[in-house]
Amino acid sequence: MAGLRFDLRDAPEGAAELRAEVRAFLAEHAPNFTPEIRARSWMGFDRDFTRAVGAKGWIGMCWPREFGGAERSFLERNIVLEEMLAAGAPVGAHWIGDRQSGPLILRLGTEEQKRHFLPRIASGEYAFCIGLSEPDSGSDLASLRTKAEKVDGGWKLNGRKIWTTFGHLCDWMIALVRTSPAPEGGARHIGLSQVLVNLRAPGVNIRPIRDLVGEKGFNEITFDDVMLPEDALVGQEGAGWAQATSELAFERSGPDRYLSSHPLLEAAMTTLKQDNAAAPALGRQVARLWALRNMSVAVAGMLEDGQDPVRQAALVKDLGNDFEQALPNVVRDLIATEDMPEDMRRMHAYLTQIVPTFSLRGGTREIMRGIIARELGLR
Amino acid sequence: MASEIATELAEQVDRALADAADVSTLRDLEAGNWPAATWDALVALGLNGALVPEAAGGVGLGFSDVAPLMEVLGRHAAPVPLAESIFANALLSAAGITPPEGVISFGAGQGAIAWGRHASHIALLDGARIALYPAAALAWEVGGNIAHEARDRARIIGAPVAEAVLPNGWGAEAALLATALMRAGQIAGAMQAALALAVDHANTRKQFGRPIGRFQAVQQQLAVFAAETSAASVAAAAAARAVDRRGLAAAAFEIGCAKITVGEAATRGAAIAHQVFAAMGITEEHQLHHFTRRLWSWREEGGSEAFWAKRIGQEAQALPGALWPFITAREEEITP
Repeated sequence: MAGLRFDLRDAPEGAAELRAEVRAFLAEHAPNFTPEIRARSWMGFDRDFTRAVGAKGWIGMCWPREFGGAERSFLERNIVLEEMLAAGAPVGAHWIGDRQSGPLILRLGTEEQKRHFLPRIASGEYAFCIGLSEPDSGSDLASLRTKAEKVDGGWKLNGRKIWTTFGHLCDWMIALVRTSPAPEGGARHIGLSQVLVNLRAPGVNIRPIRDLVGEKGFNEITFDDVMLPEDALVGQEGAGWAQATSELAFERSGPDRYLSSHPLLEAAMTTLKQDNAAAPALGRQVARLWALRNMSVAVAGMLEDGQDPVRQAALVKDLGNDFEQALPNVVRDLIATEDMPEDMRRMHAYLTQIVPTFSLRGGTREIMRGIIARELGLR
Repeated sequence: MASEIATELAEQVDRALADAADVSTLRDLEAGNWPAATWDALVALGLNGALVPEAAGGVGLGFSDVAPLMEVLGRHAAPVPLAESIFANALLSAAGITPPEGVISFGAGQGAIAWGRHASHIALLDGARIALYPAAALAWEVGGNIAHEARDRARIIGAPVAEAVLPNGWGAEAALLATALMRAGQIAGAMQAALALAVDHANTRKQFGRPIGRFQAVQQQLAVFAAETSAASVAAAAAARAVDRRGLAAAAFEIGCAKITVGEAATRGAAIAHQVFAAMGITEEHQLHHFTRRLWSWREEGGSEAFWAKRIGQEAQALPGALWPFITAREEEITP
C-alpha cells in the first residue's frame, strides 16, 4: 500500500511573500469577480485575466525559462493555484494548459513543439482543452474510436470528442486517438496516440452543449478529414495510453479537487459569524479543509520530487470531491437560501446545480475508488 | 516528517509488540490481567522518555518523531500505556519534575485516567499545575471505555511527591491536548490494522464463487476506508508537526482539526470494516473488534468530534478576516 502513503511537506522558502504577491494581484482584479464567476472557480474563462496572470509569470511557472517558464518549484506553483481558487478567480483559459497540456509537451514534446507551444501557453495566448471522452467512451476510455490515419504529409483525423470543457473558446486540443488498430484479442490500450489539434483547422466542427445552468460550458467536437501535420504527434506513436495515464497525476492532484466551492465556504463564514448554532458544522468544514490541504500539499511535494503519485492523487481527489460537493447542502442546513445575502445566494444557486460534476470531471468517483482498490490488492 | 531514528524506533516497537502481545494478550487484558511481559518488553526499549530532552536524560525526540510510534501502538491495540507514559514523562519533564521509572499515566480534574489502576505514578493536572502522585496516594474508582481499557477515577488519599507549574507554551489544557494528540495517532494506526484485516478478509472470503473483494461494491467501500485511513494518518502527523513548531498550547487548532478528522474517519472506517466482515466480525473470537471498539472509544477521548467542531467553528467565526488566509498563515508565518 505504498501508493497510499503521504509525507507531510513544509511550505517552501518565501511562501508567505509569494502568497502576498498573488493576493495583491487578486485584490486588484477581485472587483470583476461576480458571484457567478467566483462560484465557477476554474470553470471561469477570461482571456484578459489569463494574460494578466501570464504576465506575472504564474502560468507554466515550473517550466524552464527558455520555454517561457519561471523555474519555480511545484510547491510554489501550488501556492499560486491555491490563491486563485480561494479567490474564485476565472482561471479556465489557462488552467488546462498549465496543469497538464504544457507539462505533457514539456515532458514528451519535440524541441520545436516546446519552443512553439510552451511560451504561448505561459503568456496566456494559447488556451488548451482535453480530448479524451467520446460519445460512447467515458470511464471505459480505451474503447475510444476517434482515429488518426497516417497520410502523405501528416495525419488525417476523423471522429468525435465530447464534454470538452471550453472547446469552443480554446485554440488547441491534445486528443487521445487511435493511430493503429488494437491487436486482435489483445489489449485495447495498444495503438493509441496523443495528437495536437488546432481547433481552427478546416474540418473541425464545434457544437457547444448547454449545461443544466443554461451555459455553454462544454462541447461536442467532430473531426471530418481534419489534416494534421506530421509533427502533431505528441510523444511516441502508440504510447498514448501510458502518456495519458501518467498525465492524470497532474490532472487529479491539485487543489482544484477540493477548493472548487471554497468561495461559498468563505461566504458562509462571513454570514454566519454571529450564529452560535452554526459553529459545530462550520468547525467540521474547517477541519476537513485543513486535512485535505495537508494531503494536497503532500502530493505537490511528491510531484516536486519527480514521483508519480497517481494513487495518492486519486485518493485526495475522491475525498476532496466529497468535501467540495457536499458544501452547498451543508450550508443550506445552516441558513435558508432565502435568508442568504444576494451574492451568497447566487453562488449557492450556481454551485447547487454544478457540484454533481465535481465527482465526474477528471475521472468519476467510481474510477478513483477503483484505483485505490487496485492499490489495496483487490483488483 | 519523522526522522530516521524515529522510524527505526517505531519499527522496534512494532517488532516488540508483534512478539510480546497478541490477541490472547488483549483478551487477558479485558479479563482484568495486566500484561506485565508486554510492558517489560516495551519499557526495555527505553522509550518512556521519548519526548524528554536529552539534557534531562530523555531521548530528545520531537512530537513529529513520536507520531509514527503512536500509530504503531494503535496498529497493535497496544495493551499497555506506553503512549500515556511517554506523554506523562514529557509533561512532568516540561514542568521540571524528574519523571520516575515505571508505568506513568496522566489526567486532569475529575476525569477518568487512562490505565490509572495499573500505573505506579500519576501526573494529575489542574490547568497548568501538575502534581506527581505515587499509586499509594490514590484510591481508584475503576471503570473502562467500551474497549475495556482501564479508565479509572482517582480519589486523592495521600500527598504528591512533586508539584510544579507547566511553562507557558504548554498551557492550561495540556492534558486535553496531549490526550487528543495521542489518540489521533493511535486511531490512524488502529484504522490501518482494521483496514488490513478487512482487505485480507475480502481477498479470502468467497461468496458466489469468488472472493468478495472481487465485487465492485466491496472494493468501493474498502477504497473509502483506505482514503479515510490516509486522512487520519496525515491529520495526526500534521497536528504533531504543529506542536513541534509552536508548542502544545498554540497548536490547539491543528490538534482539534486532527481530532475531528480522525474521529470522523474512525466512524466511517469501523462501519465499513464490520460491513465487510459481516457476522464474523461481530464475534468475540474475531480480532476485529479489538480495533473497532478502540476506534469508537478513542474518538471520545481528548475531545470528541462534536466537542472540537464547536470549538474550531467558534474560533473560525471569531477570525477578524477570512478563513483561508488564517489556515495558510499558520503554515507559513513561522521562522523555523
